[in-house]
Amino acid sequence: MVLNIKQGASSHSAYDLRDPNAQIEERHTLAVLVENEPGVLARVIGLFSGRGYNIDSLTVAETDHEGHRSRITIVTRGTPSVIEQIKAQLGRIVPVHDVHDLTAEGPSVERELGLFKVGGTGEHRVEALRIAEIFRANVVDSTLKSFVFEITGTPEKLDAFADLMRPLGLSDQARTGVAALARGA
Amino acid sequence: MSRKMTGAKMIVEALKDQGVDTVFGYPGGAVLPIYDEIFQQNDIKHILVRHEQGAVHMAEGYARSTGKPGVVLVTSGPGATNAVTGLTDALLDSIPLIVLSGQVPTFLVGTDGFQEADTVGITRPCTKHNWLVKDTEKLAQTIHQAFHVATTGRPGPVLVDIPKDVQFAEAEYVGPKQIPASPYQPKKKGDLDAITQLVELMERAERPIFYTGGGVINSGPAASQLLREIVDATGFPITSTLMGLGAYPASGKNWLGMLGMHGMYEANLAMHGCDLMIAVGARFDDRITGRVADFSPGSIKVQIDIDPSSINKVIHVDLPIQADVGHVLEDMLKIWKSRGRKTNSAAVQKWWAQIEQWKATNCLAYTNSDTIIKPQHALQRLEALTKDRDRYIATEVGQHQMWAAQFLHFEDPNRWMTSGGLGTMGYGLPASVGVQVAHPDALVINVAGDASWLMNMQEMGTAVQFRAPVKQFILNNERLGMVRQWQQLLHGERYSQSWSDSLPDFVKLAEAFGCKGRQVSDPAELDDAIREMIEYDGPFILDVLVEKHENCFPMIPSGKPHNEMLLSPEAGAFTGGGALV
Ligand SMILES: Cc1ncc(C[n+]2csc(CCOP(=O)(O)OP(=O)(O)O)c2C)c(N)n1
Repeated sequence: MVLNIKQGASSHSAYDLRDPNAQIEERHTLAVLVENEPGVLARVIGLFSGRGYNIDSLTVAETDHEGHRSRITIVTRGTPSVIEQIKAQLGRIVPVHDVHDLTAEGPSVERELGLFKVGGTGEHRVEALRIAEIFRANVVDSTLKSFVFEITGTPEKLDAFADLMRPLGLSDQARTGVAALARGA
Repeated sequence: MSRKMTGAKMIVEALKDQGVDTVFGYPGGAVLPIYDEIFQQNDIKHILVRHEQGAVHMAEGYARSTGKPGVVLVTSGPGATNAVTGLTDALLDSIPLIVLSGQVPTFLVGTDGFQEADTVGITRPCTKHNWLVKDTEKLAQTIHQAFHVATTGRPGPVLVDIPKDVQFAEAEYVGPKQIPASPYQPKKKGDLDAITQLVELMERAERPIFYTGGGVINSGPAASQLLREIVDATGFPITSTLMGLGAYPASGKNWLGMLGMHGMYEANLAMHGCDLMIAVGARFDDRITGRVADFSPGSIKVQIDIDPSSINKVIHVDLPIQADVGHVLEDMLKIWKSRGRKTNSAAVQKWWAQIEQWKATNCLAYTNSDTIIKPQHALQRLEALTKDRDRYIATEVGQHQMWAAQFLHFEDPNRWMTSGGLGTMGYGLPASVGVQVAHPDALVINVAGDASWLMNMQEMGTAVQFRAPVKQFILNNERLGMVRQWQQLLHGERYSQSWSDSLPDFVKLAEAFGCKGRQVSDPAELDDAIREMIEYDGPFILDVLVEKHENCFPMIPSGKPHNEMLLSPEAGAFTGGGALV
């Protein structure tokens, strides 16, 4: 017997049209809109640890102060069925209002902010500044022996910057994790 | 009208406004203000348990047998931690509970105060949701919300943690109708396109099967009624999980019996060989699927469930319908009727002929004895002598639980309380007390194993105190029978720690608790003993000494597919499901 599923036949997302047996892990960025009540972040994190899902990055801040809504951006990875399960499990948390899969729902922009401390003198110092300029990084602190660069971009851009700075004396870095929004209106 | 009152009074008011008639609880320092209010009113009955785990299981029994949420009140620290097993049990079996716990005063929170525990932290993963109320202004509203969350969508346990100063402080009371609508409103109606597709599949299916679960019972009596109508009208076979027993009557002509690890041969083979599987409020638990890769390989799978996370979790489903089971069954029946009530009846008839062949295997066959009571026989006699009564059955966990599911027959929903998801030994006795409190005139029997029964036996005191005439039917094999069975079949007969040594004398124990007990070991006296138990006006412990080494069959060892089932030597030869797949 065959099932003739019309794509988009249903208004809800329950039709899973991707290959259920695909074993390839995908990276997905999820935007989780939550009631900003005590413990909500613990619920989200507890879900990931309790069920063995991965978190690559996580950011959270209140985005609607009057409505007490926060936006949690999670970058996770898993097979298609695991990603679906993560979304369904997140949606089940009572103070979660909405879960958006920015990776699946169309184009989106992702940005991360990083602070990088690079120590060194002489040639290294000049080279570090030159690379920073190419990457449009700002110097937010400088001493005679070090800089702290601030850079915003995709996680890949920050990774590339760190790779180049490493031989020049990269000693410390802090990254915020990804913030993301869907493109368009 | 101003309704200023203390937090403690507010709690009692809120419970009354929510229609609560019974609370199961145990007092302690952090809930004394609430107990003071309970003392000064008569609308809510308080059942004093002997251990907080007992309170939660009682509330579960109350909830499952009435369809209403169960309410529990415990103190901070150890009171709350003792409730954790019950909460987890209720979460896995989707039982609506509201647990109110006391907490140290807000100014002591975080100081390791006396009897302080991070109750919301500890219970976060074992509740559907929980709250710590820091302000009396929010207390009534939070309790109303707790009832809403526990009973809406997929039901489950919730906990409200209430510091003692919040109980003492005063604020304005708000009733359930005065609070803003909760944003938590899971969708109830199913997608009509999807339901129509399901009906099309039903019209064409050659080897259909309904696979139903606890979700049908949770959806309410109307769902069971609709299920019966649709199963009888289509003539499709139906099987159910442990949790769903009673939604379709065991006497119904399309009933195949329970499926799963200790399910019926015909039910499991029909699941394996079907071409259309309609899962209704069932979640493809590993005790149902066996080895996932070999689970019902040739079928189109349709799953109706209110919880989207239950869909595609374990088994890939071809046609998911996320909605309340009752609503979907109603739409499904309407659409199927309006399209002319068609089925592929010639093929379905052939399917039934195959099922009848499997049935002939007689998978529950066992060798009876006239010198020793066989546990299966004991249950068959219990069934014969109680089936016409207003009867509720609870169980503990183990072989006796599976035999009870196999040999007792349920005609209606809400009559069967068993710990399915968590498999909690010690569930049955308190659950039976909870059921009896809700149905004082009914016959409530706990089918128990000796080991499980001891886990919460202190609740016999509660039964006696509150005149709950529960019947404890202990199938005493002096073994941790299910563990022994696994050791025999899967661990080279090395019986590590699986016998019950130094068992108490259950008859004397009954007397010590102030109720009645009897021991029976002669098959000839069994009926008389069961009758005495039923007729006795009060709690009763019947210690049935049974065969010590009986195994529970059929059995699908974990990780095996459905067509690699172990059968008892007495059952017909294994014919396998291969013919069809
Ligand atoms: C709280 C708890 N601990 C351990 C187990 C594991 N377990 C499952 S069945 C069983 C033996 C139960 O023995 P008994 O109650 O005598 O029932 P029988 O199997 O003999 O019928 C055990 C130990 C469990 N299910 N629950």
